[in-house]
Amino acid sequence: MSEQAGGSSVPGRTGSVLLDVQDLEVRYGAIAAIKGISFHVEQGEIVALLGANGAGKTTTQKTVSGMLRPAAGSITFDGQRIDGIPPHKLIDLGICHVPEGRHVFPRMTVEENLAMGAFRFRSPDQDVLAHVLDLFPRLKERYGQQSGTLSGGEQQMLAIGRALMGKPRLLLLDEPSMGLAPLIVQQIFDIVRSINADGVSILLVEQNARQALSLADRGYVLETGELVLAGSGRELLADDRIRAAYLGEELAS
Amino acid sequence: MSEFLNFLMLGLTRGSMYALIALGYTLVYGVLQLINFAHSEVFMAGAFGSFLVVHLVVGEGEGLGGFEQLLVTLLGLVAGAISGAVVAFVLERVAYRPLRRRGAPKLAFLISAIGASFFLSQLFGKLFNRLGNNQFPDYLHKGEVLWTPFGARIKLLQVVIIISAVLLMIFLDRLVSGTKLGRGIRATAEDAPTAALMGVDIDRTISRTFIIGGALAGAAGFLFGYAFVFSNTMGFIPGIKAFAAAVLGGIGNIRGAMIGGLLLGVAENLIPTAPWVGGDAWIGQEWTDVVAFVLLILILVFRPTGILGERLGRAA
Repeated sequence: MSEQAGGSSVPGRTGSVLLDVQDLEVRYGAIAAIKGISFHVEQGEIVALLGANGAGKTTTQKTVSGMLRPAAGSITFDGQRIDGIPPHKLIDLGICHVPEGRHVFPRMTVEENLAMGAFRFRSPDQDVLAHVLDLFPRLKERYGQQSGTLSGGEQQMLAIGRALMGKPRLLLLDEPSMGLAPLIVQQIFDIVRSINADGVSILLVEQNARQALSLADRGYVLETGELVLAGSGRELLADDRIRAAYLGEELAS
Repeated sequence: MSEFLNFLMLGLTRGSMYALIALGYTLVYGVLQLINFAHSEVFMAGAFGSFLVVHLVVGEGEGLGGFEQLLVTLLGLVAGAISGAVVAFVLERVAYRPLRRRGAPKLAFLISAIGASFFLSQLFGKLFNRLGNNQFPDYLHKGEVLWTPFGARIKLLQVVIIISAVLLMIFLDRLVSGTKLGRGIRATAEDAPTAALMGVDIDRTISRTFIIGGALAGAAGFLFGYAFVFSNTMGFIPGIKAFAAAVLGGIGNIRGAMIGGLLLGVAENLIPTAPWVGGDAWIGQEWTDVVAFVLLILILVFRPTGILGERLGRAA
């Protein structure tokens, strides 16, 4: 990995490292998608992974949640090596992944989708369910409805709610704002903040750099599979390179 | 009217067996997007397995009373279901899972299916053919007529088959829509990678799907073998028709397979025997199979997604 601009001394909320990724390399066949990156998420933090399309943000997240196997490097969660553990076992450690594109089960009802989120338990925790429905009142209104009929924003809420049903310690959010109206995006980010306030650590992948950095404690910037920048959310927001490369782009679009 | 009712009952009887087999095709298609062409041999195995068990326990069983007949039927269904489930489980482990691990192309699965189908058929032929003349003893007094509404002859055997099949279908429907296992199967069918993220063990779910489908086909094997005769090649025609029924209903769709099976059974028996009164039929009963497959072709041309199906390749 290359330079680390100034972010190494940012204090986390409790200081203990929950997720530690070291020298991670991921390949799709002969193509190296991630070329040796290291980063970490501390207990209680929101950490943003930023970068353009194809930079490797989603690949990184999929590797953390076990959907992809790393070619080299290590991933440690709460002191335990987790690289190579298949995703259906990884969720038992409390890593819940809200994949890019939401991926709700379209032919299941909202209720069944939420129950799927709690699949690792014998039965869904009713307190957690009530909490999720409090966070997302829209889901309560649509409770018996097939998820395929929901709007994009509602599906995103359902995808997040479903992940919460698994009682995550670390929540992986991949592009939660994608394709959503600005008002909905604001709502989603507010909810992400409140989930974090409940003690859930969050690794957030976003193209919407301004939103992500105003929310995140720290951020990392990926470029074609390498880390090029790291720092606190505030530092990165103020960084000229970030402003030129990402925020400028965003204003233009 | 009486002839119409006779053929309707015959159609429902055959159709309910097609439906049971079709469920196995559609369940497996749902989770693997694979047509398990060895499924017809699972059905065949159910007939042999249930015969071995029932004959061992009951023997020739002459002059059984009503309650004993019920027990024999239950025993046959359970033995058939277990035989089918075991064969389907082994089939998945041996013929499909190794290919999945290697990420083999779809064609490899198809060839493996056909090979497994031949293997099973030949194996059962070598082991068990000519067993008891390939016929169950007449436990249920096959010829016995239960009712004669409008002069039709409704047989005890037909009623037993239809009721057994309907109960099994209701059981499956409850299982798939109302249990955690069923939710896991549906989630795998809709979006396997995401299901895995929720903690669903995909391999285990696929294995259980084969077991469930195999149990239904095995139970159908008992019913079919009991109603007619059984042999190591008995699976072929019912297997293909059940596949047609699954496509008719919309492959991947569970209720579709049930409706498709019943519809195909009724259509193939009613259409060629029309007009059901007086002299000769317009088409003739010997055209039953032709009618069934013409129906399949028409469906594929005019509504390739089947009655309840959605886009092929994504249906669940």
